[in-house]
Amino acid sequence: MNSIYEAYQVLSMAERALVFLVLAPIAGGLLAGIDRKLSARLQGRYGPPVRQPFFDVLKLFQKERIVVNKFQNFNIILFFLFTACSGALFFAGADILLTVFGLALAGTFFILAGFSVGSPYSHLGAEREVIQMVSYEPMVILMAVGMYQATGSFKVADLVQYEAPLILYLPGIFLGFLYILTIKFRKSPFDLSMSHHAHQEIVRGITTEFSGPALALIEITHWYENVLLLGMVYLFFGFNPWIALVVSLATYLFEIFIDMNYARFKWQLTLASTWLFTAVAGISNIVVLSVMK
Amino acid sequence: MAWFKRSPWILHYNATSCNGCDTEVIVSLTPLYDLERFGIINTGNPKHADILAVTGSVNEKSVQALKNLYDQMPNPKVIMAVGLCAISGCVFQDCYNVMGGVDKVLPVDVYVPGCAARPEAIIDGVIMACEILEKKYAEWKKGRG
Amino acid sequence: MNALIFLIIFPLFIAALALVLPAGNALRKTVGVIAGVVLSAVPIYLLIAYLDTGPVYFRVGSHLVNMVMLAVEVVIAAFIVYISLRSKRYLPIVLVAVQSLIMVTFELTAGGTMEIEHSLFVDKFSIIMALIIGIIGSAICLYGIGYIPEYHQHHKEIKERRRYFSFLIYLFLSAMFGIVFSNNLMWLYFFWEITTICSALLIGYRNDKQSIESSFRALNMNLLGGLVFAIGLVYLYNSSHIMELDKLIKLDRNLVLLPAVCMAFAGLVKSAQFPFSSWLTGAMVAPTPVSALLHSSTMVKAGVYIILRVAPALENTVAAKMLMFIGGVSFLITALMAISQSNAKKVLAYSTISNLGLIVACAGINTAAAVWSALLLIVFHAVAKSLLFLCVGIVEYKLDSRDIEDMDYLIMRLPKLTAVMMIGMAGMFLAPFGMIISKFVTLKAFVDTNPGMAIVLAYGSAATVFFWVKWMGKIMSIRHGEIEVVAHRVSRWEWFTLDVLAVSTVFVCLAFPLISSGVIDPYLTERFGNVPVPDFFNVMVTFFIMVGLLVLLPLGLFYFGFANKNYRRVATYLGGANIDNVTFEGAMASVQTIEMKNYYLQKYFGEDRLFNVGVIISLALLCVMFGVAFI
Ligand code: SF4
Repeated sequence: MNSIYEAYQVLSMAERALVFLVLAPIAGGLLAGIDRKLSARLQGRYGPPVRQPFFDVLKLFQKERIVVNKFQNFNIILFFLFTACSGALFFAGADILLTVFGLALAGTFFILAGFSVGSPYSHLGAEREVIQMVSYEPMVILMAVGMYQATGSFKVADLVQYEAPLILYLPGIFLGFLYILTIKFRKSPFDLSMSHHAHQEIVRGITTEFSGPALALIEITHWYENVLLLGMVYLFFGFNPWIALVVSLATYLFEIFIDMNYARFKWQLTLASTWLFTAVAGISNIVVLSVMK
Repeated sequence: MAWFKRSPWILHYNATSCNGCDTEVIVSLTPLYDLERFGIINTGNPKHADILAVTGSVNEKSVQALKNLYDQMPNPKVIMAVGLCAISGCVFQDCYNVMGGVDKVLPVDVYVPGCAARPEAIIDGVIMACEILEKKYAEWKKGRG
Repeated sequence: MNALIFLIIFPLFIAALALVLPAGNALRKTVGVIAGVVLSAVPIYLLIAYLDTGPVYFRVGSHLVNMVMLAVEVVIAAFIVYISLRSKRYLPIVLVAVQSLIMVTFELTAGGTMEIEHSLFVDKFSIIMALIIGIIGSAICLYGIGYIPEYHQHHKEIKERRRYFSFLIYLFLSAMFGIVFSNNLMWLYFFWEITTICSALLIGYRNDKQSIESSFRALNMNLLGGLVFAIGLVYLYNSSHIMELDKLIKLDRNLVLLPAVCMAFAGLVKSAQFPFSSWLTGAMVAPTPVSALLHSSTMVKAGVYIILRVAPALENTVAAKMLMFIGGVSFLITALMAISQSNAKKVLAYSTISNLGLIVACAGINTAAAVWSALLLIVFHAVAKSLLFLCVGIVEYKLDSRDIEDMDYLIMRLPKLTAVMMIGMAGMFLAPFGMIISKFVTLKAFVDTNPGMAIVLAYGSAATVFFWVKWMGKIMSIRHGEIEVVAHRVSRWEWFTLDVLAVSTVFVCLAFPLISSGVIDPYLTERFGNVPVPDFFNVMVTFFIMVGLLVLLPLGLFYFGFANKNYRRVATYLGGANIDNVTFEGAMASVQTIEMKNYYLQKYFGEDRLFNVGVIISLALLCVMFGVAFI
């Protein structure tokens, strides 16, 4: 049962990061494929093949590069680099705060990309993306804080091998994290800034002006990001790898289920509800923990 | 190896359709026909699209928008005229403002007949468009490289 | 010791020169340049000279000096009474009268017998402050040389008082050096009062209704702070016969609590924490160099300086907790309020208060890690914020507006200036540059001592990201096509300063491991005996990312700007109705231009909503703070 950890420990940090960089897009792409298939099934459709996301990305790489201004894709490249970097740091077992800040930096570049093209749809998408970011950011930081309180370490390598189940210490934080995960996965009801659904009131939001290879890169970045986020879910159950894997996967399926069942919220509701939920679930958990210590 | 066959994304533009063909395009997304099982996605954005599906005849007003949208699509791209209006202007062809079918202003690659065009026909048209996309990609690459 | 006295006296000398030399004289500029060079060089010399030594104390024959200072204080008091009477405001008169009464009686009764062992001192913290004041302060003065003439061209209605202006600024710098080198609390107090009066006069430079209003608000609040400071000193001397900073900290808690709280209070006023934040937001009516000076290197930094200095005396008391909470409240609420502001200077002002709040909170916690990050915050904030203020000052002229909403396509209209501005912004909020490094450590320090503060930090930094990102997005949006480049006639004085500050921003970001190990760690070892060891791996990663970005950015820009030819340009998507990139055909064949505005969330984060909340909470906290000190 612990063979996963044994394998993990044998690898050096650089090797772990490398494994992530190679495997994450594959896993992320498959997850995206499962998402599309499952969504279709839930709607009574047959759905595309599970490999469909890979086809899309490969096709996008073959398209012509069209731009609105010549610098627009630079931000996307930075977005990609920093997401991959923070994921690699996470899976290498480095400081979880480093990952959190890295992810925030990557997100910032994505937003700036949306602003920089000067298109109204992108602009609106970027504006909404900022609001989303502001909504989820406190909870992400609180998650790191809670884990530190419970284990006394910010290192992912320590967190994952903590013997006691973290979920028992951090039920509130976990719930809060689940809530913001919907935003991070860009699922309804929080898919404000861009959406994979066919119709979207602001065209394709932040990605409106990005096409071809740039769009493919955005897609791949999301795969990396999704795997990283599921890795964070994994930490809560790190005491038993199998349970943890199953729960991570179940979380993903749960988010798809939520996606199918909700209409899109307004940004007001998104911001207010997320902050409130974070306040109630996250803060109460942290306060209880600090009293217990 | 080109991947256009596996993931053709469509942009649908209503030039001056009576909405009959539009409805049929939407219908082909529904569970009964499920366009997406072929990897087809109806994007609302020319910059993401491979296939421009035009319904309705082109008139003096819509021609500029049509040209704009076509110009904003990245290569390789094909145009699909959906319904008789888009092919020839149909019953509207003698209207004072109608210029005729889409091929009067842009190079149409696939004609999907019907008034209105049936979803089956539309899906069939997209599959044909895919073949043309692949061909165009090969040519475009040669021309560039 | 001579270097210290020189640093205090030299700006005075320059101030006198500035008053004497006629405006527009070439000699003035030469003097300005010489002053800048000297004021930057001497702190650097101090740094090198005292790099390996701990705090060094100096004895200065002080009785005569005390008397001179007292005389000057009385003159200043009389001056304040005069200007208040002229504007028919009576509160400052009351405050200043009580204050002078206390100080004069104190000096005359106790002054003669007072035994001051060391009047001046220098340690690593003082040197850091001196570097900030010297380099940034004098850089801002150079900027002023180019700026003020243009300012008067734009504002014909304002009477030109250029000599008076430079006089005040150099006087201000002198007082700042005095504050950071004084060990004698009477001296510290003296310099403290000079900064108060100087800042009030500088804020009122325009001499119109609004600026007089702001000027008196600043004066009132800071005089109140000064009054409490004075009471604290008198109490301290009567209870323990001590008048020195280093002895104060070593004293028994019970004796020292009240004076320390009083000094911290004065510090809170100076650093514009809640409930005193309004004087700093009001201060933006002043010419840009003044705002830059007040916000970055002087005034507010004096406030946090004194708080950090007395923090050890408050250790483990309820008062320290209150200090921490006041900092936390100021940090969070001003960050939220900044979201709702579209006035660029106001956003900067709130961001200043917010960052100072974080520093105050760190001082309240007062662990080695917290102080480490507080010091780094001071450094990063000083460089980046002064840079931003000076940039906004120029933008304001070129666009005739300081509204962020008018800064569309700024990167195309004022490319070089915007680039510099973005460096400043990156230093303010973008990981891994600048502030975020200290936030990182602050978070750890908070979690270890008080997780409640971690929550404040979590929400506050989210808000911080919000207002910076949308501003940055605004100025860097690009549109293809002809766009009028605004006349780029920025004087080389201004450019020089901007360049210096931009380079220093990048430099302090890159050199932070050096700054930490060379200057901050020795200081912490003296004070706490141990040094927080930021995880080596983390530092390396951060450093690596920074260097990576610094290499990537120019390379990437070059690649996309010149090397990459493989693209086709198309218009932005406007539903197919494009006429060109920014216009589209609307109903009835009308031509519509697109306009993009940012969200300000007035309804949620408006000043009117949050300001009162902050004031009430912080007033309550202040009451508790004084309450425990009295008991
Ligand atoms: S072809 Fe028939 S259904 Fe289609 S748009 Fe024309 S008239 Fe309507």
